[in-house]
Amino acid sequence: MLEIKNLQARIDEKQILKGINLSVKSGEVHAIMGPNGSGKSTLASVLAGREGYDITDGEVLLQGNDILEMSPEERAREGVFLAFQYPVEIPGVNSTYFLRSAVNQIRKHRGDEELDAMKFLKLVKTKMKELGLAEEFLKRPVNAGFSGGEKKRNEILQMTMLDPSLAVLDETDSGLDIDALRIVADGVNRLKNQNNAQIVITHYQRLLDYIVPDFVHVLYDGCIIKSGDKTLAHDLEEKGYDWLIKDS
Amino acid sequence: MSTSADTIDEFVSSDYKYGFITDIESESLEPGLNEDVIQFISAKKDEPEWLLEWRLKAFRHFEKMENPTWPHVKYPPVNFQEISYYSAPKKKGDGPKSLDEVDPKLLETYEKLGVPLHERARLAGVAVDAVFDSESIGTTFKEDLAKAGVIFCPISEAVREHPELVRKYIGTVVPYTDNYYAALNSAVFSDGSFVYIPKGTRCPMELSTYFRINAANTGQFERTLIVAEESSHVSYLEGCTAPMRDENQLHAAVVELVALDNAEIKYSTVQNWYPGDEEGRGGIYNFVTKRGICKTNAKISWTQVETGSAITWKYPSVILQGNNSIGEFYSIALTNKAQQADTGTKMVHIGKNTRSTIISKGISAGKGQNSYRGLVQVGKKASNARNFSQCDSLLIGNKCGAHTFPYIEAKNPTASIEHEATTSKIGEDQIFYCNQRGLETQDAVNMIVNGFCKEVFRELPMEFAVEAQKLLDVSLEGSVG
Ligand SMILES: Nc1ncnc2c1ncn2[C@@H]1O[C@H](COP(=O)(O)OP(=O)(O)OP(=O)(O)O)[C@@H](O)[C@H]1O
Ligand SMILES: [Mg+2]
Repeated sequence: MLEIKNLQARIDEKQILKGINLSVKSGEVHAIMGPNGSGKSTLASVLAGREGYDITDGEVLLQGNDILEMSPEERAREGVFLAFQYPVEIPGVNSTYFLRSAVNQIRKHRGDEELDAMKFLKLVKTKMKELGLAEEFLKRPVNAGFSGGEKKRNEILQMTMLDPSLAVLDETDSGLDIDALRIVADGVNRLKNQNNAQIVITHYQRLLDYIVPDFVHVLYDGCIIKSGDKTLAHDLEEKGYDWLIKDS
Repeated sequence: MSTSADTIDEFVSSDYKYGFITDIESESLEPGLNEDVIQFISAKKDEPEWLLEWRLKAFRHFEKMENPTWPHVKYPPVNFQEISYYSAPKKKGDGPKSLDEVDPKLLETYEKLGVPLHERARLAGVAVDAVFDSESIGTTFKEDLAKAGVIFCPISEAVREHPELVRKYIGTVVPYTDNYYAALNSAVFSDGSFVYIPKGTRCPMELSTYFRINAANTGQFERTLIVAEESSHVSYLEGCTAPMRDENQLHAAVVELVALDNAEIKYSTVQNWYPGDEEGRGGIYNFVTKRGICKTNAKISWTQVETGSAITWKYPSVILQGNNSIGEFYSIALTNKAQQADTGTKMVHIGKNTRSTIISKGISAGKGQNSYRGLVQVGKKASNARNFSQCDSLLIGNKCGAHTFPYIEAKNPTASIEHEATTSKIGEDQIFYCNQRGLETQDAVNMIVNGFCKEVFRELPMEFAVEAQKLLDVSLEGSVG
C-alpha cells in the first residue's frame, strides 16, 4: 500500500525529516508516537503534499505510484486522506456543499457517478447516524465556530464519506472527551478493511485500546528510532521516551 | 516544490471574454471639449433649447471645478481634450425604425455578449435597452410595456417624446453642481435609459440596459433617469462591457432615481468593463454618480456587482426624505490585477423613522486595491432613524489591499447606527485543506469567495444571480497559482 523510503525533508533550511523508512500493507493499522516537535505532523503534511517543504531525498510510493510529484488534490483523489491536527475553519462555505463537492471530485476520479443533492444527503445522514453526529453540523460553515472536539469529529465524518485507501490521523484523539474518542475510534474501525490502511499519530496509549494497531513506531528527531507491536505503546506510556532516546 | 508564498501570489491573466471589437463604421466627433462640442451633441439629438442651456450651464460650472483627489485611487490626470465625446454607429438614411432594421453586426455584438435583441431569442421576461457607445440602438418589448403605461426608452427619445417628464426630474437628484464628473456628464451626456412607471403600477417585467463601449478614444457619458410614481414598483438592471484596449477610457455616468410615496425601485448593476492588464495598462475609468430620492414610505435598493474597470469610483446613495422610507445598498466589489476601487454609499436620513442597510463585500486579489467609503448622515428631524452597516473585506494573496472609510454624522439623539467590519484573508491553510479533500485550488477560491458574497447574491434578481456568480468566478480565474 504505502512505501516510504529514506524520506528527508526540510523547511526554511531546517532539516526536519532525516530519513524515514516505513512500509504499510493493506489491512494494517500503524501508530506513530513520539515527543513534541519530533516531526510527526511534518511527515503527515509531506505525505499529503502541503507546499513549503523541500524534499531533499527519498521516495513515497502509494500502490506503486510515486506520489511526491502529485499535487495535494491528486493525492487526495488517489485515496490519501489527512485528518488534521488543527482542522481549518472556512467561514461562509456551507459544510454540506463543501463535503458534496469533495465527495464528487473523488467519485469522478474513480469513475463513479456523481451524487446529486438528494442522494448525497441520504448517504451523509446515514453515516452521521452511525457516528452519532448531530445533523445540525451540516448547516454550518465548515468548522467555523466548531469546538475543538467538534472539529475532530467532523474530520472523521469527512474521512468516512471520502472512503480513503490511506488515512493519516494526526492527533485526532487530542482534546476529545470519552464519547468523542469512541466516535473517532469507531469511525476508523468501520472504515478499516483489507483494501485500506490507517496511520494513527497519537501521544496516548488510550486511543490504541480502541484502535488496535498492528505496529507502533517511535519518531524522534526526524527518524523512526524504534518499531514494535502494540505492547510498545504500553512501554512508552509507562517509561516515557528517555530510555529509547539514550539508546539511539 | 515551490514555496507557499509564490503560489498564492502567482497571477496568470484571465481572459476577458468581452474584449472583442465590433468592426463597424461609426461617426465620431473629433476629440476635444468645448461649447461647440456640446452644441453638436445637442443638435445631433434634436434637443429643445432648455436642455442645451442646461448643458452649457453645466459645462461652465465644470470649467470652474477641480478633479477630486480624495478617493483612494491613483491615476494620471485625464486629458479631457483627448477624448471624443460622441461616437455612434453610422446610420443609413433615417436610421433604423425598429430592431429589424438595425445593422446585423450590432445585433451580433449583443448576441455575443449574451444579450440577444431580435424577436426570436429575446430574454424571457426582461426588456432590454442596448446602448452602443453614445447611442441607444434599440429597446425590446416596448409595446408590451406601453400597454401597462410604462415608458422605457433611450433618454434622448424621452427628451423628444416626453419632454415635460424629463424636464421635471432631470438634475433634481444629482444637480450638475454636485461634483466634477456629474458636471461633465450633464454637459456632454449622450444616451442612457429613461423609465417611467405610472401610479399604482407594478412594472410587468424586469427592465435592463446593456452598455457597450466600442469605439477607441471615446468616453461614454450615459444618463439614466427612473421615475416611479406613487405606489409603483420597478426592478431595473444594468450590465456593462468594453473591448480590451491599451488606453484608458472614461465612463462618467449619472443615474437618478425618484421614488415617490410608497414606490419601490430596485436597481441592480453587474459592471464588467474591461479591467486592464496586470501592469495596469488600459481599462475603463468608471467615475459614476448614482443617487436616489425616497418620498414617504418609499424604498430604494441598490445592488451592485463590480468586477470590471481599471478604476471604479462610485457611491450609489439614497436620500431618505420621506418619513418611513428605506434605503439599501448591497455591494460586491472585486479588484484583481492592478484594479482600484473606491466605492460605497451615502445614506442621508432626513425623514422620521427612516431605515438604511449597507452590506459591502470587498474582494482584493492580485495587486488590487479596494476601498469602502460610506457616509451615514442623520439630520436633526430624523427621529428614530436606524442604520445597520456591515463591511467585510477578503484578501487573496499578499500584494493587494483593503481599506474602509466609514463616516457617521448623527444630529438626532434618537438615531441608532450600527457598524460592523471584518477583514479576512484566504489562507494557504484553507486552500490546502480544500486541496486535501480533492478540490482544485481555483474551485476552493471560488467556493470561499461565493460564500463570502452570499448575502449580496441573494439580493439580485434570480436571472442575474447565477450570471453574476459566474462572472465572479471568471474574474478570479488565475488569481491563485
Ligand atoms: N514552518 C516551519 N518553520 C520552521 N520550523 C518548523 C516549521 N514547521 C515545523 N517546524 C519545526 O519542525 C519540527 C517538527 O514539527 P512537527 O509539527 O512535525 O512536530 P510534531 O511531531 O507533530 O509535534 P507535536 O507532537 O507537538 O504535534 C518542530 O521543531 C517545528 O518547530
Ligand atoms: Mg503534530
